[in-house]
Parts: sequence; structure tokens; C-alpha cells
Amino acid sequence: MSQIDKHKETFKEEAYELLGELETAFLELEGSPDDRELIGRVFRAMHTIKGSGAMFGFDDIAEFMHDIETVFEQVRDGKIAVTKHLINLGLSARDQIRTMLDAYSKNEPADESRSREILAAFKSLVPQAEKKREVTSSSDVRHPDYNNNENIVYRIYFRPAQNIFMNGTNPIYLLNELKELGECKVFAYVDTIPPLNEINPEYCYTHWDIILTTNKGIDSIKDVFIFVEGDCELSIKIVDGDGGLDTTGDIEKIGNILMDRGVLSQDDIKKALSSQKRLGEILVDSKAVTKEGLRSALAEQSQIRDARQKRQNMETNSNIRVSTDKLDHFVDLVGELVILQQRLSRTASRQNDSELFSIAEEVERLTVELRDSAFSVRMVPIETTFNKLKRLVRDLSNELGKETAMTTNGGETELDKTVIDQLNDPLVHIIRNCIDHGIEPPDVRKASGKAKTGEIRISAFHSGSNVLIQIKDDGNGINTEVVRKKAIEKGLVAANAELSEKECYSLIFEPGFSTAKEITSVSGRGVGMDVVKQTIDSLRGSIDVESKKGKGTTITITLPLTLAIIEGLQVEIGGEYFVLPLSAVEECVELTHKDVLKANGRHIANVRGEIVPYIRLKDWFLLDGEVKDIEQIVITRTGDRRVGFVVDRVVGEHQTVIKALGTIYKNVQGVSGATILGDGRVAMIIDIPHLIQAAEMEENSLCA
Amino acid sequence: MSKTIMTVDDSASIRQMVNFTLKDAGYDVIEAMDGKDALSKLHETTIHMLISDVNMPNMDGIELVRQLRSMPDYRFIPIIMLTTESQDSKKQEGKQAGATGWIVKPFKPEQLMAVVKKVLK
Repeated sequence: MSQIDKHKETFKEEAYELLGELETAFLELEGSPDDRELIGRVFRAMHTIKGSGAMFGFDDIAEFMHDIETVFEQVRDGKIAVTKHLINLGLSARDQIRTMLDAYSKNEPADESRSREILAAFKSLVPQAEKKREVTSSSDVRHPDYNNNENIVYRIYFRPAQNIFMNGTNPIYLLNELKELGECKVFAYVDTIPPLNEINPEYCYTHWDIILTTNKGIDSIKDVFIFVEGDCELSIKIVDGDGGLDTTGDIEKIGNILMDRGVLSQDDIKKALSSQKRLGEILVDSKAVTKEGLRSALAEQSQIRDARQKRQNMETNSNIRVSTDKLDHFVDLVGELVILQQRLSRTASRQNDSELFSIAEEVERLTVELRDSAFSVRMVPIETTFNKLKRLVRDLSNELGKETAMTTNGGETELDKTVIDQLNDPLVHIIRNCIDHGIEPPDVRKASGKAKTGEIRISAFHSGSNVLIQIKDDGNGINTEVVRKKAIEKGLVAANAELSEKECYSLIFEPGFSTAKEITSVSGRGVGMDVVKQTIDSLRGSIDVESKKGKGTTITITLPLTLAIIEGLQVEIGGEYFVLPLSAVEECVELTHKDVLKANGRHIANVRGEIVPYIRLKDWFLLDGEVKDIEQIVITRTGDRRVGFVVDRVVGEHQTVIKALGTIYKNVQGVSGATILGDGRVAMIIDIPHLIQAAEMEENSLCA
Repeated sequence: MSKTIMTVDDSASIRQMVNFTLKDAGYDVIEAMDGKDALSKLHETTIHMLISDVNMPNMDGIELVRQLRSMPDYRFIPIIMLTTESQDSKKQEGKQAGATGWIVKPFKPEQLMAVVKKVLK
């Protein structure tokens, strides 16, 4: 039973009960027609039936009850006397509601003509003069209104009553609600706050000016204040951007705005203008307006300016094309600048020169800003890539005799251009696999009770400093048995290997794996999903598969926002520096000599009860230097695995500009690049997933 | 910690609907049948918000609000009244007793949530 059906059931039970109550009350009322308490009982029962009935979709009952209640309201108010006739009518109305309720259970309509008869009889009881006073019901919840996306600037003056808190209203919530409507600047007038010893902490002394730029209509703003309408002074005024006003003319001068608000007269302005200082300052000096008043008016001016600017931008939307070479060069330079800036900061802190230090700080701030804006220039929406795929889906489906519809979501998500360029091929390949292996032919789909047309959903969205791209189909899912057999056949796993579902799925990314029964022109071109994984890995991303047999497969690609700079953790090993990507680092713990002895020489650490294997970077990179008594383990997480890296010392966070290692070192495992430190030294950037993989392989080969 | 909301109504179906909607949104809910029941239940627990019907036997919503506001713990909590077809007089009476706002019956779960989110943070 659905939730709403449950509510309906409860209502019916309750209504039957109330009808019983109504009957008793009517019968008792016959005996003592002047008992106000009894009339109250009748009224309440009716009221509840009406209110709950309307909530759960018993509209005819609610309507019927409403009309009768209107009559009984007058009985309650003593305008109509309780007579035998009235009680007879009341009882027949009660019976009619019962019939109506029964009708709902039986699923057949009740006799409406009987309802009308009873109502007419009730209405004849109402004195003539009262008949005109119809109860008009109006909905209090106004619907949000939009005006074709044009931004309008509102000036809202809000002065809550002093005792506003007594009603459980918090004016801050109202201001926050306004902020949700659009760009919003709030100015509090604090000049009315009395000295501390006179303050009643339960009173609200402040009032506010709010300048709001929004595309919502005035009713949305009024809705925010709906509960305090009587308890505050409120004025909402459109100051710019409503179609009716001239929006191209000069922006109002600050003096005019103040005058418009009634806080300033023409004379005040003239007086002020005669001196040479800026108008606002003079006005404040001469106490014609308060500081808050001026600030608020200035904000209004600037917000109007912004709103107009935006409108204009929408019209012209000027773009220029820049070649990617130029952009790449630009980003490279910014990278160099970041390195230089770090050197400057280092030098400054070492020399203890406060002037140099403040310059270094300023440079750092600017560099960070420049870096962010340089990256934002390189960001492109993924939309275009998605659009290319649409065509692919259409053509492939035709070729394979399948019906597939593709929907995309989050096309506006931006990624570094390099990432997007390299993403195209993997996506094409994944989609091919989806249609070729995943989506079943139309007749098969029909037979298994699915819609004839298969669905592929591609969506992109942000998650922390990553972008996730999800490809979801409602096809047949991955058959783990088939995957297993194939893998054994190809010699990828041992015949008796026990594989979890996840391990099975990861097999499809192994080189030389293809499960298509016959080679079609679509899949099986020699490039398999292994190439997809390689590409994603090289973008420092990861790929994850989830599948439900018969329901479909979801492939999730996780990519970093940008490639050129990462936040890193700088560590020292045997006098050399290394950098670990900070996004993978979970925590740092100490590893003492005692711990090592306890583990009997196995590379395992106990981190608060959890066993975490670790890799000694000093051994791995064959670095010299004696083993210290206390070392550090940097615990990292990839996927759902935790692995530690033993280092001599953790230096700290480091903004890492990634430099490629060059072709000669392309095949070095466990290192993804290098960076230049503030002092000019080079540090290797550790490629955590690959290093773990390589270490595992070595371990396995030792065991074998 | 999730916040506790008390719903007071003599109609079980409305209580059930309010209860379900609020629980679904992660609030703890206490039900009471009328004003008297509500006050007695307040001896045992603390609430962060009250949603009460107006018309109830034993003690009506207006009186409940008045009594609640006289208790030191509940002087400033949000209180929402459930009224029918925007009876303005009841709204005013409720506000004077200390109610924060109101919802007009019939209402949908979304409308209830919108109001709760408006007054309880």
C-alpha cells in the first residue's frame, strides 16, 4: 500500500469514528438544544472531517461538509436556533457522508442529487441577510513567479517589531531566505541600538535595508515575509530593471536614491554639492544620513550597475578565439611563476625582513589568483563531447539493429581542455561497448519486459576537486560467468581463482580481453577497454564499473579538475624530496622501531586497530641513508584500499607544478612526473596507484 | 542531533501525514491529540518546534500556544498553526498568542516542508 493510500485508510477509519461522534452529539443536542459545549462538539467533528477530507483527496466530502459547516457556524454564533428540523437535517447530512465514504470503498460514485437536496434544505435555514456573506477561500501559498529571467533590482526596507522574537521568528532566517533568491546585499542599521545597560536582550533593535537582484517576481519576496506581515514595517520597491521602467537611462545618482527613500531633501543635496568632497562623505559628515544609510545606497547603485552590465553582456556575449598553443604557453608561464613565488616566500621568511615578507605575501596572493584564472581560461564545457556521442549512438544502433536513446546531463560541467580532448576516445569506446554488449535487440528487450528502446544516460558532475562522468545503460549487465571463463581461457587468471564481482569487472580492463562472441565491426578492433583504462590513468583519473545482471551497467570515470598543478605533500627520504598527491593522502602516523619488530618484519602497520600494509620508499627507490628509529607512514587511499608509504620525514603541503619527465623516463614506474621546489631542487611526484601495482607484482613474483 | 517537532491535532490522519512527512525529512516527531495531551507530553521531552491544529477538544491550539509561550524553554521556538481556509481571525488570534506562522488546510507535504524549513534551522 502506498503512503498516500495508508493516509486515506486512516482518514476513513477516523471519519467513521467521527460520524459516530456526530450522531451521538446530534442526539444529545436534541435533548438539550442550548448546550454550547455540544454544539462545539458537532462543529469540531464536522471541521475535522472537512479538513482531513480535503487533505487526502476526498474533495466531494470536504465540499459538502464545508457548506454545512458554514450553516453551523451561525448555529454556533447563536444566529440560527437548534430545532428538531435542524437536527433531522444534520443527521441526514451525516448519513450522506457515510454513503459517500462507503462509495469510496466500493469505488462507485455516490448519489449527488441527495447531497444537493440536503444542502438546499440547509441553505433555506440561513436568514436572507446572511446569505450574501459567502466565505471566500483563498490559498495562502503563492506560487513562485518568474519574469522571463530578467534581473530586477529590489530595495527592501525591513523593520521588525521590537518583540518579533516572542513569536519565534528569527529575522536572520528571513534575510537568509532572501539571499537564496538572488544576489543580495544586506545593511543593518545599528544606530537604534541603545547603550548596553539599557538593552533588553529579548528585543530586536535593528532594521535592515536589503538590495536584492533577482529574476523572481515581487510575490516571491512577499512570501518570505508572509508570517511577519503584521509585525513589521516592510516596503519592497523595484529600483531597476522592471520592463516598464527605462533601464537604459543613467543610473540614479546617489543623492537621488537617498531622496527617493525620503531620508534626504533637495536642499541637503545642494548644500552638500557646494563643497568639493565626495557627496556621500559630506552627507555622513553633516549627519544628514547615517553611515549605514550611505553604504546601503551605494550598494544599491553598484548592484544596479552590475545588473545592467549583466544584461548588456547577455546581449553582446563577446568571445575571442585563442589558439591552444598560446594558452598552453600561458599556463606554463603561470606554473613557472608559482615556483618562483615559492622561492620568494622561502627567501623572505628566511631573511626575516618584514618588508620583503609583505611583498612576498602580496605576490603569493596574486599568483594564486592568476593561477586560478589561468586554469579557468582552459576550462571547457563537456557538452561538445557529449554531442558528438549522440551521433555515434544513432549510427551504431542502426548498424546493429538496436534501438537506443541517449540522454545527457550536466553538459555544462567544465574540464581542462587537455582532459576533454583525451576523453573523447575512451568515451566513444565505452559507448560502443554499451550498445554492442549491453543493450539487447528490441525483441529480446520486449521479452524481458523492458521498453523496446534501450537507454544510455551520460552525466557529468563535480565531486570535490574531481569531475565524475557516469555512463549508465539499462541493458543486460555484465555476465560475470562469461567474463570469468574468458579470462581463464585467455590465461589472465588461474582456472581455480576465486573472484569477487568487482575483481571480475576489473578484468574487462585487462589487455587482450574481449568477450564479444563474434568480432563485429564495432567492438573487437584490437583496442579494448584496456586502452580506455590507460588513457584515464594517464589523466590521473580512475574508472569504476558497477553492474546488475539484466538491469544494466554503470561506468564511472573520476577525473581531476586540472592537470598542471596539484596540491601535494612533500616528504623527505634519504635526503631526497618526493611529493605525494594530497588528494590521496588520508593521514600521517609514526612508525617506531618497536612497531617493526612487533610485526615480525612484515610490512604491516596497525593504525588504530586496522591493518594497513606499507611500502618502504627508501627500499623501493634504492636510496641510501640509515633507518631512523622513528619514521613516518603516509597513509593513502585509492578506491577502497589503504596503503602506507614509509618516509623519513613529512615536510608539509606543497603546491606542485607538474613537469613531464621527458620521453626517456616514460617507462619509469611509480613516478608520474617531477616538480621544482622553492629552492630550485627537483622532487619526484609519486604515482600512487601504479607504485602499489608494481609493488604487488613484485611481491607476487617473489612468492611464485 | 536531529530536531524534535511536536504535531498536535485531533485528527489521526493529519497527525500521521505530518509525522510521516517530517520523519522522512529526518526530524524526530512526537504526536499529541490535543492541547492537554501536548502539555503533558512536554514534561517528558524537549521539542524544537510545534505544529498545532486550532480547533481541538479539551484544549484548543490557541490556548496551547499561550501556555507554551509562558514556559521559559519555549518562549522563542517556532510554532505553526494549522488553520482552515485562511480564517483571518484565527490567524490573528494565533499570532497574538505567540504563533510564528500558519499553514492553511488542506496542504500538501511539500507545503508543510517549505514552512518547516522557513522557520526551523
